[in-house]
Amino acid sequence: MTETRKVALTVNGKRYEAEAEVRLTLADFLRHTLGLTGTHLGCEHGVCGACTILFDGISARSCLMLAVQADGHDLTTVEGLAPSATELSPLQEAFRDNHGLQCGFCTPGILTTLTEFLRDNPDPTEHDVRIAISGNLCRCTGYQNIVAAALDAAKRLQAKAPA
Amino acid sequence: MKPPPFSYHDPRTVSDAVALLGKLDNAKLLAGGQSMMPMLNMRFVQPDHIIDLNRVDGLSYIREANGAIEIGAIEIGAMTRQRDIEFSDVVRKRCPLMYEAIQHVGHRQTRNRGTIGGSLCHLDPSAELVTVAAAMDATVTVQGPNSMRQVEFAAFPVAFMTPAIELNELVTAVSFPIWPEGHGYGFVEFSRRHGDFAITSAAALLTEDASGKVTRASVTLGGVAVAPIRATEVEQVLIGQTPDDKLLREACEACRKYEAIDDIHAPASYRQHLATVMARRALEQARARLKSHSKH
Repeated sequence: MTETRKVALTVNGKRYEAEAEVRLTLADFLRHTLGLTGTHLGCEHGVCGACTILFDGISARSCLMLAVQADGHDLTTVEGLAPSATELSPLQEAFRDNHGLQCGFCTPGILTTLTEFLRDNPDPTEHDVRIAISGNLCRCTGYQNIVAAALDAAKRLQAKAPA
Repeated sequence: MKPPPFSYHDPRTVSDAVALLGKLDNAKLLAGGQSMMPMLNMRFVQPDHIIDLNRVDGLSYIREANGAIEIGAIEIGAMTRQRDIEFSDVVRKRCPLMYEAIQHVGHRQTRNRGTIGGSLCHLDPSAELVTVAAAMDATVTVQGPNSMRQVEFAAFPVAFMTPAIELNELVTAVSFPIWPEGHGYGFVEFSRRHGDFAITSAAALLTEDASGKVTRASVTLGGVAVAPIRATEVEQVLIGQTPDDKLLREACEACRKYEAIDDIHAPASYRQHLATVMARRALEQARARLKSHSKH
């Protein structure tokens, strides 16, 4: 019994339509069906946060959703954060400049999480940032520079925002 | 780490969802999925059918019942996301204990999906919303094939992670009676890391009279036993008394005698000790927030 359904959705501004087994997680759908392998899978039970995406603009763990639940919705993955192929987002630039990546495995989930967080909290404290990324595990334990990058990104975004 | 095969159903109405529950064998409801999906991924559950509630209309709302000022209730639809509760002005103003507690529920990414109905039906012993429902004497609305019924939250947990609902019934809403303006509230928990399940938590609610004596008290312990414990003995000691440090400390000693879970996270004696400390701290918070009359 392999039950499938058609899933039509928007990812990073592009329309996709594909057949998905109903038990397929959204994370596996993004990676294997659509080939968007920027979304990483660490624990597959909602603890590590590596698979975090933006679901209608709101952060969610894609390993804890089914592909069929994304039918008709608008998703953003790490591939959709940069404004163009030659340009990084201010958050990504801040990560590069502050050495916010070590092995990079947790980075996609942290970038999507912080993209939502900084949109809603443009002027966070260090404590706020640490709470915001408390659902994302970095096995390199590179948190110091991740937090520094997030605070730097907040400054960059504020400088860019119209007064 | 992949869900087992199942048939998938996504009804649009409550009655269709209830009809599917009555018709299908070995079916599981999928609400926010923040507990069900891990259990599916790890194959702790192997249902033949998943009934997804995410496209059911009319189950996501927060409203003040009757608009009553002095005594009223906040009714929350079962599929209301924890995020919507966290950012609700009504909850923050009228139900501050829930606002306080929800900051401890998982992480931002899981609160964005997790629902109040899912959390209460999953009934994890240390879940914050379960503790709040017990503390506030919530009422759960349950829809069956032929009728709707109300279950007092005290009677809702029947066993470890088992709510008092039949296989063909669906929780549609939860109602929280409001405490009067200016009441004191406190919620504290002990966990190893932020966002982890609490080893022990405590919720406290207080009102006082013009002379600073306690008129009403609610003290609830989460994570100690399989269901939240209302520490009625502590509540009774506080009534009619001035809640000074000595009284709170002595009253909370009663929390040590409840039978506690013994597991890899902590032995029973450790939870019993934490229960006395968490209850006292929650009460101290509640006392400091009393706004109706003089402080102590």
